[in-house]
Amino acid sequence: MMAKKVYENAAAALEGVLADGMSVAAGGFGLCGIPENLLEAIKEAGTKDLTFYSNNAGVDDFGIGILLQTKQVKKMVSSYVGENAEFMRQYLSGELELEFNPQGTLAERLRAGGAGIPGFYTKTGVGTVIAEGKEHKEFDGETYILERGIKADLAIVKAWKGDEQGNLIYRKTARNFNPLCATAGKVTIAEVEEIVPTGSLDPDLIHTPGIFVQRIVQGKHEKRIEQRTLKVA
Amino acid sequence: MGWDRNQMAERAGKELQDGFYVNLGIGIPTLVSNYIPDGMDVTLQSENGMLGMGPFPTEEELDADVINAGKQTITELDRTSYFSSADSFGMIRGGHINLAILGAMEVAENGDLANWMIPGKLVKGMGGAMDLVAGVERVVVVMDHTSKHGESKLLKACTLPLTGTGVVDRIITNLGVFDVVEGGLKLVELATDVTEEEVRNSTEAALV
Repeated sequence: MMAKKVYENAAAALEGVLADGMSVAAGGFGLCGIPENLLEAIKEAGTKDLTFYSNNAGVDDFGIGILLQTKQVKKMVSSYVGENAEFMRQYLSGELELEFNPQGTLAERLRAGGAGIPGFYTKTGVGTVIAEGKEHKEFDGETYILERGIKADLAIVKAWKGDEQGNLIYRKTARNFNPLCATAGKVTIAEVEEIVPTGSLDPDLIHTPGIFVQRIVQGKHEKRIEQRTLKVA
Repeated sequence: MGWDRNQMAERAGKELQDGFYVNLGIGIPTLVSNYIPDGMDVTLQSENGMLGMGPFPTEEELDADVINAGKQTITELDRTSYFSSADSFGMIRGGHINLAILGAMEVAENGDLANWMIPGKLVKGMGGAMDLVAGVERVVVVMDHTSKHGESKLLKACTLPLTGTGVVDRIITNLGVFDVVEGGLKLVELATDVTEEEVRNSTEAALV
């Protein structure tokens, strides 16, 4: 008997939640801790005109890059997209919209959105193009700008272990944006390296409580390394 | 003459103090980790969610889940902790990091910094740089003093899109060390075999 949050595979987990034009918050930093199975399944599903909230855009043939190849992405909201040549081509030719967010602002926007906070003030970006058109306010003699919380139609995250309740534990720097995205989705789907029986994770060590996760699926992870750097012998 | 990349990084290492939590940017700043003075206790923060960065791994230690902000594989230390990007930028924006050492394309005499974009040419993004300069107590920039064509990168005003305004405290270039002070830049130290006249000839910003 399967718990009702557990799905057989990534395609099944996405069934009924995908729609053209929707917004998707995706965890990961570079290629580390990205929901690679769910991204592949979105590619297979062919959903179009997607807006992605994601720190990066993957590389040409992995991560969100695979959805750029198939032109399924309309807009990216990211802090750094430097590793993706196809992205650059589509952006410079006007096929793709891009909104740069400072990395901490993007993280906080997701955290705020997930916590029901519609906006917050930050010093980051004051006096730069990021501040243009945003409300400025002074607190204790310093200027801050208003940034909005993000609520996405769908959040896709990658964790190390999860249980049938959707409780998640991430591993090392693969945590990054994942717990924030998990809170910011109207529907959140987690793919994990291993689904374990409820009760087998230490409740004190859970990073994302299951209330934030509606669907969970066990995936196969390539875990590609972007910059393989070894100690010089 | 002047300093090469490693000598600039070595000079930047002298900015570290015992007990500091430090964020190092990509490029020359990353090399500063090779020049932490002996016996000094410094903890390196990586904004993708790690405090206590260790050196590059051996083949056996290689772990796709342990990377730095430059996406390079690294290792953990006994002191290491991991956390989300929101906690990471809580450290940065909350003023808990003592020092950030960053690269730059241009710095102005009032401490304005440009290091993230060349319109029409280089569209990569600011990553965490805007958060770092807004939130970290002390910002030291390590950069080449001039462009390939010999034009000063220490300017009266930046020409490129800004990362932050009035945020730089100290600049380390191949020609020397400069502090941002009232009225312009103050020459603090000359690089090896560099004269004050050479510095003046290579600097557009006001030297006071």
